[in-house]
Amino acid sequence: MIDWGWVVDHLDDLAGRTIQHLGFAVAALAIGFAIAFALSLWSLRQRRVYAPIIGFTGILYTIPSLALFAAMVPITGLSVLTAIIPLVLYTLLILVRNIVAGFDAVPADVEEAANGMGYTRRARLRAVELPLALPLIVAGVRVASVSTIGLVTITGALGDRFGGLGFFIFEGYRRSFPTEILFGAIPAMVLAVAVDLALVAVQGRLTPWTRAEVQPGMSSLDPVTADDVAPKAA
Amino acid sequence: MPDPTPTPAANASSSTPHAATVEFDHVTKTYDPRAAKAGAPGAVNDLSLSIPAGRICVLVGPSGCGKTTSLKMVNRLIEPTKGRILLDGVDVATRDVTELRRGIGYVIQQTGLFPHQTIEDNVATVPRLLGWPKARQKERAQELLGVVGLDPSRYARRYPAQLSGGERQRVGVARALAADPPVMLMDEPFGAVDPIVRERLQNEFLRLQEQLAKTILFVTHDIDEAIKLGDVVAVFRDGGIVEQFAPPAEILAAPASEFVARFVGADRGLKRLSLTRVNDVELGHAPTARAGDGAADARERTRRNELPYLLLLDAEDRPIGWVDEARLPAEGQLGDRLVSATSPLLDRRTTLKDALSMLLDADVQIGVVVDRRGAYRGIITVEQIAGFTRETAREAQVRADAATG
Repeated sequence: MIDWGWVVDHLDDLAGRTIQHLGFAVAALAIGFAIAFALSLWSLRQRRVYAPIIGFTGILYTIPSLALFAAMVPITGLSVLTAIIPLVLYTLLILVRNIVAGFDAVPADVEEAANGMGYTRRARLRAVELPLALPLIVAGVRVASVSTIGLVTITGALGDRFGGLGFFIFEGYRRSFPTEILFGAIPAMVLAVAVDLALVAVQGRLTPWTRAEVQPGMSSLDPVTADDVAPKAA
Repeated sequence: MPDPTPTPAANASSSTPHAATVEFDHVTKTYDPRAAKAGAPGAVNDLSLSIPAGRICVLVGPSGCGKTTSLKMVNRLIEPTKGRILLDGVDVATRDVTELRRGIGYVIQQTGLFPHQTIEDNVATVPRLLGWPKARQKERAQELLGVVGLDPSRYARRYPAQLSGGERQRVGVARALAADPPVMLMDEPFGAVDPIVRERLQNEFLRLQEQLAKTILFVTHDIDEAIKLGDVVAVFRDGGIVEQFAPPAEILAAPASEFVARFVGADRGLKRLSLTRVNDVELGHAPTARAGDGAADARERTRRNELPYLLLLDAEDRPIGWVDEARLPAEGQLGDRLVSATSPLLDRRTTLKDALSMLLDADVQIGVVVDRRGAYRGIITVEQIAGFTRETAREAQVRADAATG
């Protein structure tokens, strides 16, 4: 059923397309994150722009991807931008929503204490709010990366220079060659899962406090026991 | 009293007493009706208070009375609409806000500890902002954890989520003390912990303040806490008006208004008793004799005394018990077997409230006051306690009248 001969002959191609796939996805996510972060900070400072931003990026998100890629061709021709711009636009809704939610989740008392102790706005953002927003931000990046990696395959519709692993899917479809379709689709899925797992690992490294184990008798529900111990340490 | 030798703030790694005066000069904060409806904090109306250096000033009142607003105007988290706030004579509005805040300790009810930082890093926050060398930040954090009763070797590397409410509150206090600020602002710092822990934290706080002698503004809605902790207490009424600004004893003895009287409660007489210690009352004396002394002389002295009892002491002057005048033999020696009743032994630091409660429970309603070694110092009776409170209430009223008139 699977033509292993084809697979062995095309290992170099598979590797090259995997790299292209990853390149498109990473570029789109990086640019999308930068734009989303700026939009989020704007929303956080001026609350009234949040609803329009979410509305607009929400509409972008509903455009069928095939149509958007096709619509880019008259504007950007068959350049890399034709693939990247729609991929970027599709990340915005998820990323803005999660970045704003992340910053909103910073406890009010923590912000107040930071202000009261003399943090400047910039220092507070970098050293207090950003780390605390990180779990929700990373959650957004994970969803966006899985969807972006999926969407990269659609760019294969733009021609042979695009598509990453999607190239094999389109070519396999044209040639009615299931092996090629499978070897486009399965590596794309593996890529999505691998990137997701990598992001989980990165988040774990960046947010050690979320993994800190709560010791018996040290939970906030058990203040007296814990305090009984403390004076002896004095 | 603050140490007269000035301590440069930059060299404040040891806790040299260093405090500033805080003065509210006709401070008003108003909110437009829309903001007020949206839950703006309480307004403040023409507040003038002068808080001496090194004292605890408690701002107390019902919620929404402007006490927290007043506090937050000191470190400019809220800017006054009118008036000035002076720290050591300098208007806070003229100071760089970041630098001002780094020089004022700030403790809040929910602690505001940074969940993503270890306890040590939390405590070192202001030193880090001030750019102290890393080693000194760490050393200072460890020192302060010790000061608030948390063993650094156990706690330094933990995260706030791994601590109990009371422990977190201690860390909050340590963090506020880190750069040795001359002024501390504390907004209901013990409000979120259970009563047992709160009591312990209050006691430790008072013990700490004895050494540190900071100028502390302390906000609470709990009048008992205000009375216990305050050197002076400002009682706020709705609308940010201070009804009375006086030491706790004076507020209890001579409430300035109907509002203050209601706010301190119908049991303010008892509360006053909890402010006074046996030490502060002039003690009475009972006829005493040591076991083994001659009975005849003891009996004679007891007869001449209005108290129909003799207090028998041991060789170290420690009370053994009361001997009824009628049971005193005409001759021979006094011995333990004559003792017919005992009464509570009071330490000189016992509060009058506790003393009264013990007296009401005792066989003989005479409290025997002993010193640290347990030796007899004098006696205190229910009548003496009542007399003392009457006397001090009158004095306080005279002082209050003199202050307002």
